[in-house]
Amino acid sequence: MATQQTQLLARTLLTPAVALLFIWMIVPLALTIYFATLHYNLLDPGSESFVGLENFRYFLTDPAFLASLQNTLVLVGSVLAITIILGVPLALLLDQQVVGLSIVRLMVIAPFFVMPTVSALVWKNLLMHPVSGLFAWIAHLFGLPAIDWFNDAPLFSVILIISWQWLPFATLILLTALQSLDEEQKEAAEMDGASAISTFIYITLPHLARPITVVILIETIFLLTVFAEIFVTTGGGPGLQTTNIAFLIYSQALIQYDVGSASAGGLVAVVLANIVAFFLVRIVGRNLEA
Amino acid sequence: MARMVTTRHKVISTAAAWLVGFLIFFPILWMVLASFKTELEAFAIPPSFLFFHWTTENYVTVQERSDYFHHALNSIIIAGGSTLIAMLIAIPAAWSMAFSPTKRTKDVLLWMLSTKMMPPVGVLVPIYLIFRSVGLLDTRTGLIFILCLGNLPIVVWMLFTYFKEIPKDILEAARMDGATIGRELIYVLTPMAVPGLASTLLLNLILAWNEAFWTLNLSTLEAAPLTVFIASYSSPEGLFWAKLSAASTLAIAPILVLGWFSQRQLVRGLTFGAVK
Repeated sequence: MATQQTQLLARTLLTPAVALLFIWMIVPLALTIYFATLHYNLLDPGSESFVGLENFRYFLTDPAFLASLQNTLVLVGSVLAITIILGVPLALLLDQQVVGLSIVRLMVIAPFFVMPTVSALVWKNLLMHPVSGLFAWIAHLFGLPAIDWFNDAPLFSVILIISWQWLPFATLILLTALQSLDEEQKEAAEMDGASAISTFIYITLPHLARPITVVILIETIFLLTVFAEIFVTTGGGPGLQTTNIAFLIYSQALIQYDVGSASAGGLVAVVLANIVAFFLVRIVGRNLEA
Repeated sequence: MARMVTTRHKVISTAAAWLVGFLIFFPILWMVLASFKTELEAFAIPPSFLFFHWTTENYVTVQERSDYFHHALNSIIIAGGSTLIAMLIAIPAAWSMAFSPTKRTKDVLLWMLSTKMMPPVGVLVPIYLIFRSVGLLDTRTGLIFILCLGNLPIVVWMLFTYFKEIPKDILEAARMDGATIGRELIYVLTPMAVPGLASTLLLNLILAWNEAFWTLNLSTLEAAPLTVFIASYSSPEGLFWAKLSAASTLAIAPILVLGWFSQRQLVRGLTFGAVK
């Protein structure tokens, strides 16, 4: 029974958070839109002028944009594929009776808590260095030539590092979902003579459909704006080979100081993220009612 | 558990799980080992796994040469400060939405969630320019402010999902007994909300500690937290592996411990309650 007084109180309590988030969302976004219509370079102060959609034309037709869009899609798609294809069997494995499960789970989850700059640099140097890295030594043991990871397959190297960071996330969520699966349902299936494979296909997999969707959407939101891992390993190179959209905008803004073009790029990134966000918000919203 | 699990099955899955767990954890283990080697040994081929000359000199050098604790302190202040402020703003908001929901509550929650989906790079330019013109670049205040706003939606959401699970009957009973809203908050709600508050605090400390977009772009030296400090080791080649490893081990150790305690909340917090 909400009286007018409690309603007023409730609104007062809610206001600071809503107001702050509103300002946080609207002010920078409005400025980004405004800057995107200007010719505005920090190296050339005082020359700001209105250019309409010129920056968008420039940004969208820039070959660097297409390259970075492609890199972004490849990166997001590959990391998603790797973390889910490995995450499902890993979660199934951890759902079995395992001696010392809590320790195993700690080891599996650990990479997620490592700060991005640390994981990127440890992988790049200690593991993937073409001469002194551990991978090079292992390749040598098998009589194979060492791979110069960041020169021969730069994007793949970045993908490998990021997949290592996100595999724990996917696994943990899928494991949590598996543990909520009704054990009796599986038992009933087994008693009816269902094989392990058909139990998996007809009971476990459908149960995992929703958590997998959630993993895909949340990972996509974070992966669309991967930055630190590229910043400390390749700096977007060689050439544009590891430049994603986030890194391209960063380099236009803070290396070339081209505010107008970077803002136009920023808006493109916002639109891309919103397409994903639209679906995620719907799934979460549906859950809110249940 | 009524299901029969054969011993053979258990042995196989245990072995497989430990092997996979070890492989996933290995890069971290390898880093910790390297932090106790001399630079020459860290770089040596073939690598030595355990039988090397154990030394702690890297930990000493990291502090002496680069003032590690200055950056660690920055990390503590920035992560702690932004999390605390976010909690202070979020607790009343989440409380209000959980206990006095209106028709618009769901929309407000989803709208808050959608602000989290805005890619930070989309607003990098204006934030950078605003910070530059008001002198917030490379200050802890600026970073606290940005990280607080960035994490606010997650904090509100997590608190909301916890508060919603507190049975409302108890509040009604307290009200019947004549408790004011203030007393209700302090004596009834707070004790029941502590676990939720603690895990929200924990998860957001972790997220703020590891944040590496705004910290890299908005700080250089004075306010630089550990993420930025570690990034300074990315300069090309050089025999810095042991020191990089020592600095990295120190940087991730506290958060790894906190993180291990908050595994379950992690799922809940990062999926906005969509998977429990």
